[in-house]
Parts: sequence; C-alpha cells; structure tokens
Amino acid sequence: MSNTPETFFSIEQFYQLLTQGKLMAGKCLKCGKIHLPPRPLCDTCYTTQFEWTQIPNKGHLLTYTIIHIAPTQFQNLAPYTIGIIELEGGLKLPGIIQDVSQEKLKIGMTLTVDFSTCDIPQNWPKWPKYCIKP
Amino acid sequence: MLNGKPLVSIVSAGLSKFQKHDGLLAREIFTIAAQEAFARCPKLEPKRDIKSMFIGHMGEAYEHQGHMGAIIADWIGLLGIPATRCEAACGSSGAALRTGIYAVMSGLADVVMVGGVEKMSHRTTAEVTEYLAMASDYPFEQYHGITFPGLYALMATRHMHDYGTKEEHFAMAAVKNHYHASLNPKAHMQKEITIETAMQSRYVAWPLKLYDCSLVTDGASCIILTKPEIAAKYTDNPVHIIGSGQASDSIGLYERQDFTSLNSTKTAAKNAYEMAKLSPQDIDLAEVHDCFTSAELIAYEDLGFCKPGESGKLLENNQTKIGGSIPVNTSGGLKAKGHPVGATGTAQTYEIYLQLTGQAERRQVKDAKTGLTHNVGGSGATAAIHIYRSAQ
Repeated sequence: MSNTPETFFSIEQFYQLLTQGKLMAGKCLKCGKIHLPPRPLCDTCYTTQFEWTQIPNKGHLLTYTIIHIAPTQFQNLAPYTIGIIELEGGLKLPGIIQDVSQEKLKIGMTLTVDFSTCDIPQNWPKWPKYCIKP
Repeated sequence: MLNGKPLVSIVSAGLSKFQKHDGLLAREIFTIAAQEAFARCPKLEPKRDIKSMFIGHMGEAYEHQGHMGAIIADWIGLLGIPATRCEAACGSSGAALRTGIYAVMSGLADVVMVGGVEKMSHRTTAEVTEYLAMASDYPFEQYHGITFPGLYALMATRHMHDYGTKEEHFAMAAVKNHYHASLNPKAHMQKEITIETAMQSRYVAWPLKLYDCSLVTDGASCIILTKPEIAAKYTDNPVHIIGSGQASDSIGLYERQDFTSLNSTKTAAKNAYEMAKLSPQDIDLAEVHDCFTSAELIAYEDLGFCKPGESGKLLENNQTKIGGSIPVNTSGGLKAKGHPVGATGTAQTYEIYLQLTGQAERRQVKDAKTGLTHNVGGSGATAAIHIYRSAQ
C-alpha cells in the first residue's frame, strides 16, 4: 500500500504536528527503530511502515554557541543562543535557546522544547517552529 | 614501511594565488592554475593526453553559475572531453580527486585532470554566511538560524567541556598557520599575527572569533593524475597517491553520537592508512581541513597524530609547526592561505606535491617523503583523505 502525503512520515509532518503541542517521531513497525526526524524509508531494515510515537519534550543540554554573525533572516535576533539537547530517551534536537542568559548556560542543564511562544523569524517553508527554553 | 602500492601518480599541479580576484570569473581564475600545471610538465600535451576532468565547485549561488565541469573544460582548451563537476560542499575537490582515482584505476582514462575553483569575495558577509550554510542541514540547522561557524562552535564548546581545551589553543592554531602563510607567496594573508590579536578579535559564534575562521577568498587549484606505469613519460619526479579514503556521515551535526570528533574523518583515515600500509606516525606532514581553528585540533585527534583531547598540547609544544614532529598546514591552511571552498581539496594536494618534490622553498619540510591531505565537506558529512609518497 502506498502512502498518501498525509500519512508519509516526512519532516513536514513532524513540523505540522508541533501545532498539536507534541513532538512526534516515526517508529518503524518492523525493527522498532525510532526516527527523529521521521523518514519514509527505515535506514535499518528498509521497510516503509511506521507509526507515530510521542517523545518527551524535556531533556538536557549537550552543547551550545552564541551566534554573533547571523544569516540575513536572523540578523535582528543576533546575538542568539543555539544548543543541541538530548531528550529523555536519547533522541536529539538542535534549536534556538531562549530565556537563558549566557552566564547561566551550562552543559547538562535541563531544558524543554517549547512550541507556543517562540519569537523566531519565519523563513521558507512556513512551518510551525519550536524553540528551547528552561 | 612504505609498501603501499601507488594507486595513481601526480605528474603536475597548479594553483592560482588565493586572493580577491576582482573582475575575474571562476572559469578565468581556473586558467591561472591550469596554465601553471601545463607549464610545469612540458612533456604533457593537454589536448592529446588529458582524457577526463573532475572539477570541485560548491556553489551556484556565488556567480549564479552551475555546470562548472564543461565550462572549465572549454576555458582551458579541452572542449570535448568528459568533464564533470563534483560537489561535496567544502570537500568538493577532495571528492573530485577520489573520483579521478576511480577514473584512472578503472582504465577508462590514463591521464585525468582534477581540480577545483570558487569565486566568493564579491559577495557580502551575510550572503557568504548564507551560501556556506547550504552545506548544512536545511530543515533542522539553517531553518533554526544555525550558521556554519555555529556548527563548528558547537563542536568546540563540547571539546572545551570534555577535555579542558581553551580558546587560547584555538588561537595558537591561527598563529601557527599565519606564520606558515607568511612563507607562502600564494597565500591570501601573508602576515604573522600574535595570540593577543587572535584572542581580542570579535566573536563570530562563541567560542569562535574572527581569527578562528578561514578566509573568504577566490582561487583555483588543479593536479594531473596518470596511471603509475606511465608517469615516467611525463616527469622524473612524480608523487604517488598510495592511500585514499572517503566517508559520509549524517548531514545534521545533532544526529551524531559525538561532537568532539568526526566519524567521517576517522573512517576515511582508517581506510587510507590501511591502503597505504602506514600508521599516523609514518606521516611526515599533513594539510588538514582547518575551516575553523577548532577543526584543526579535532583533525589532529581523528587522524591519530595525538590521542583524543591532546591536540592542545601538540600546539603548545609547537609539534605541528615547521620544524616540529608533524608539521600541519605548511601552506598556511584554510585559515591563512584562504578557503575558496571548491578549490581547497586539490590546493591541499598542491602543497603536498610541492613538499614531496622539494619545491616548497622557504617552507620546505626537511626530508619529507610521506604526506596526507584531509578535506572535509560541511560539518563532516563528507571527509576525503589521501596519502602521498615521493617517488625519490
């Protein structure tokens, strides 16, 4: 059975599901591997059958940087903080960290992926955005 | 123990000066490199001998120009031969070299030109920042405002956390590479700097500062490869490539297990060393991909020049400076020679070719017999590593 665009385990679907306040990953129905971002072909067992699985939006900071020289669309935000967090369960996401001053940033600190109140420039494509907050 | 069999031989090489080439397009800059390679090898008749060409070129955005393979073939008088652009971001011409080796070893072409070119300096900093970021993941990195220096900064932060590496160590790599570039007439920035200058420069992406970043520049490089059996027809002083490794990794930095090393480098290095039947201790000098100074430190560790976490010590002890135990980036590196991204891989080969044929003049490494190049695409989604041996 072929997937329709709505059931395709795609990156766009991941972003659209943020509007429901959920971080969703694709779980392979054959080997059980959880893909974040979701992908249409399992890289481990080559199947195309997945189910959505919600993953925790809480995690800890693995590394960070402060961007001073920004691309055109982000220049009004600079300087801004970028981090990579490891979510509970081990999956990882990068993003803009808001509401933490540079002095307070610490590898290992607890952070949350936030879907609702991010003040981040919109670019192409017009997907919902997330950011990372205390 | 130099018993790795030559895969291909380098019989000539050319390099344009790395600088702002105002008023010249990429294709025109490439003619400077090609002309040098032809002049160095009078026994080569380009139109008769060169059967195929692979050109590293990263971005259409700079000149609004794609299809660089055929354009270069035309501009250097080789119209008609198969000519293909190879793209692996900043690792484009390292990947082109690997492709050239495939072509020669397949038997389809006995003499192949491999090179690379990029024209960048006419663009604004914001534009270059945006174009370079295209080598990273769009939906999870660029989309969230993560820049290229930002990705290398994320690695640097974690390296500092895990191993106690200091911003001063990054500055030491910059100072060393600027010193080497001061001895290289083709380097963009032939000027020595002090630790203080580097440390006081403004942040680009904390903890990386302006003097931790490679230079935006224009330039072209090329080399001529032949089957080893016919190299003597063209020169009595070839350089043999005895090891080649290329590997890929996830485009997104965040998807990787470890941010303090590049798996693609480690895998490509292992394959290249095995093919060459050499270990890191056998390498006399190396050109590594120092797009940012922190990347040079991580390269020392991934290539086996020191243990993980000990790259700072190598710099403290001047071991990677000319005269040290393993000179690195004698050309000045991407940091000070410059980084016209598509040209970088074969520009690294050009430096090793000069060193192993005793033509590196003021920056000549004494008794250099074995060299290594390490060319990275993006934040490490591609790495191409080659090992070279002098024929003398």
